[in-house]
Amino acid sequence: MPLGIIGKKIGMTQVYGENGNVLPVTAVLVGPCQVLEIKTSEKNGYSAVKLGYLEKTKNVNKPENGYFEAISKAADKKITPKKMLKEFRTENISLNIGDVINADMFQEGESVDVVATSKGKGFQGVIKRYHFAGGPAAHGSKFHRKPGSIGAHTFPAKVWKGQKMPGHMGCETVQIKNLKIVKIDNENSLILVKGAIPGPAKGIVYLYKKEK
Amino acid sequence: MGINAGQLIHNIEEQYKIRDINFGIGNTVKVFTKIIEGKRERIQIFEGTVIAIQGKDSNKTFKVRKMVGNIGVERNFPLQSRNIQKIEVVKIGKVRRSKLYFLRDRIGKKTQLETVMK
Repeated sequence: MPLGIIGKKIGMTQVYGENGNVLPVTAVLVGPCQVLEIKTSEKNGYSAVKLGYLEKTKNVNKPENGYFEAISKAADKKITPKKMLKEFRTENISLNIGDVINADMFQEGESVDVVATSKGKGFQGVIKRYHFAGGPAAHGSKFHRKPGSIGAHTFPAKVWKGQKMPGHMGCETVQIKNLKIVKIDNENSLILVKGAIPGPAKGIVYLYKKEK
Repeated sequence: MGINAGQLIHNIEEQYKIRDINFGIGNTVKVFTKIIEGKRERIQIFEGTVIAIQGKDSNKTFKVRKMVGNIGVERNFPLQSRNIQKIEVVKIGKVRRSKLYFLRDRIGKKTQLETVMK
């Protein structure tokens, strides 16, 4: 996967495009992210960039402090502890430890892949979870929102694995591909992405740059 | 780090603001909209009574109602729409509520509001 950036979802609104058409957009507050580590295929078996997001001032424990001291020493500059650490698998790295990545890594009109954790829905039935049709509400029907048959009888004498049943829904990592960047506000490090992004407002999102 | 999501969204919407509202509920307005027919562009005028204003910032819309013969026609316009060239107030009607949906039940001369100012 290519290089990306970490941000926070702000919420959705409408803006006007070039032709005066209304675009539904999600605002994402991104970065600044600092490069903490660079992994190479020779040394680590794969190549990646580890980014840190949000300053951590409180409750920095000794191992964490030691880690950031070590990378500060390696980079020969002070790198403060970060709350969120995330590795981005990428080839051809032209970054150094301590570099700061901002919203300007993207351009307007570019497509991005967005990864975020969807909103948790709790324990849900099959109608909401898998879009089962359900039964009639009235006319003497006793079959309303049940899943129905979950398999045959003597053969196979078991329930097949992967049978769709009620259970926990949401709170999953979801990737949305090819969302267009409508606007970039470098001053406030805001990115407006066309369409919806999974998860709640103020949730953490990852924007991935598309590899050409 | 606390972020005020509502304020940030408001700031974004402010950037797309191109006009202030220059009319109110019950006003008879002329809305000049750009219409593209193939390559040609022309202006269409929609004249009627403003019966509702809803939403905020760049999502604000207003509803204009007019009578074509015996049939009522309503049209929603986004206030910040790029296709609206201008909005002209023709007259100001006397109203006592913010949504004039009661006009939908009226026919003939009763659809006209008492004019305050021309």
